[in-house]
Parts: sequence; C-alpha cells; structure tokens
Amino acid sequence: MVGFIDVSLFLLLAVMAVAVILQRNLFTAVMLSSVVSLLAFGLYLTLDAVDVAFTEAAVGVGITTVLFLGTLLHTGRKEKRSPKLDWLPLLLVLISGGVLVYGTLDLPTFGDADAPIHDHVATHYLEEVEEEIHIPNVVTAVLASYRGYDTLGEVTVIFTAMIAVFMLLSGLPRRSEEEEMP
Amino acid sequence: MKDIIVLRVMAKFFLPLIMLFALYVQFHGDYGPGGGFQAGVIFAAAIVLYTLVFGLAAARKAFSNPILLTLSAIGVLLYAGTGVAALLRGGNFLGYGFLDRVPVQGQHLGIMLVELGVGLTVFAAMVTIFFAFVGKGRR
Repeated sequence: MVGFIDVSLFLLLAVMAVAVILQRNLFTAVMLSSVVSLLAFGLYLTLDAVDVAFTEAAVGVGITTVLFLGTLLHTGRKEKRSPKLDWLPLLLVLISGGVLVYGTLDLPTFGDADAPIHDHVATHYLEEVEEEIHIPNVVTAVLASYRGYDTLGEVTVIFTAMIAVFMLLSGLPRRSEEEEMP
Repeated sequence: MKDIIVLRVMAKFFLPLIMLFALYVQFHGDYGPGGGFQAGVIFAAAIVLYTLVFGLAAARKAFSNPILLTLSAIGVLLYAGTGVAALLRGGNFLGYGFLDRVPVQGQHLGIMLVELGVGLTVFAAMVTIFFAFVGKGRR
C-alpha cells in the first residue's frame, strides 16, 4: 500500500513538473508548481520526515507561491516564446546532467547499511544523544547542539538575505534620485 | 478580499490555530518534530494569510519594518549570545553544557534559546521578504 502511494505520488510529481515547464501561462505555472510542492510534501510525509514536510508545506506551498504571485503583479502573465531552439545550452545541460548521473554510479546502493554516512558521526549521535543531551528528538539535537555552528551560519545567511531583499525592494531611495533632489 | 465573508470568517477561525501550532512546534521541538525554522515559517504563513485577506496596511500595523528588522536582529544576537554566554562560563563557543551546573540542563536551555533565535529570525525574514514583494504595487 505504501509502495502504491509512493509510486503514484512520484508519477504525479513528474507529470506536474513537466506541466510546469510546458505551461506558457505564468499564473497557471505558479499554481502547478504549488501542486508540485504539495506532492513533495506528501512524499516527505510518507518518508517519515515530518519536519521537512512542515517546511515544504509552509514555504513551498504557501509562502513561495504567494511570492511568485506577487512577482506576477510586476511582470506579465504570459511567458514570451523564444524565437528558436538554442542548441548550445541544451547540449550543455545534457552533458552536465549526464556527468551527474555518471557520478551517482559510484554512490553506495540506496538503503545500504554499510554506506559511509552510517558509520561516521551518525552512530555517535544516535547512541550518545540520550546521555549527552537527553532530548528525544535527535534531529533537533543534531541541528541545534552538535551542529550548532552550521545552524548559526544558516541563520546568518537568512538574516543577510532578508536585509538584501529589503534594501533592494522596499528600502532606501537610490542615490541618483537623491542627487536629483534639490 | 475583505468583503468575501466566507474567507474572512474562515481566516479568523484558522489564524489563531496556525499561530498556536507554530508556537507548539517552536517550544515542543525537543520532543516532537520541528524546531525554530519550521515554527518561524508557519508563523510567517499565518501573517501571509492575514495579509491576503485583510490587506497589507492592516498587517503593517502589527509588523512595521522597524519591528521586523529588530526581531530578526534579536534572533541572530540571541543565537550568537547563547554561544558567547557559554564562552563566558568557561566552555567552548556554543557549548551549551556550561550554561548550567548540570550539563544536560544546560543543553536543554541552550537548545531552547537557540531555537527561539532561529524562529525569530526566520519569521521576520519571511514576512519582510513577503511585504517587500507585495508592497511595491503595480508598475
């Protein structure tokens, strides 16, 4: 049953992603990409990654969609059709995609218990979290405590991004406008 | 969209629930799924819903730019400050074990403060970016 749900979610995800690419009406494309996020949310849920699912639901389905709609207010609703097919970018994309797929051949098999990721620090986290931090949610323990430096960096990145967007879109008057003022 | 009564009533019904759930995710992150980032984006989603239904001006009354910028800065400072506090008490930077005489209690306190910082910054960043995008009006 779970397999059936997974397969149908993945199939729908692929169909929706292709539909987003083919869609020329940008409003429809935004709504379809929100559906893609919703399907990804379902997949994370069946994979028991509930916190990732939360994030996908709030950011992917909610906030990103609204941001795209806000952007559509400033641009048009129709995508401009490019006059002819450009072969060089297509070739570049195919080559880099092929190299990436070739790279995955060296990865350990999916779900392999002996994969390097499972015998490095992960075992330490899982075995010692009860003793060292004593909270049931290992993900929180890893993010906030063991990997506290990384999370501090992430928060700083979010802060910086916010300041940048604020200054670009809603903030200060441009210098040229200031100079023009008497 | 303020005139659509179904939308208005349902938004008023759901908003407190979404906000309460965000707070639950924030402060229950040690025990259940979620944490500061998730709580921040869920709370921001509530503000987005409010703005969509009741308009930007009404939302701006509660969250003006100075408030949002201050909130996000407080978030980062709270996170880094927790690290410095551990430093001052003789531990490593972000070594929460030194925040309390009992190391495990210190870990709990540190994680709680740090997640609160993450939540504040993420919430303020999401809402600021959203306001910046919708606030420009049609060009």
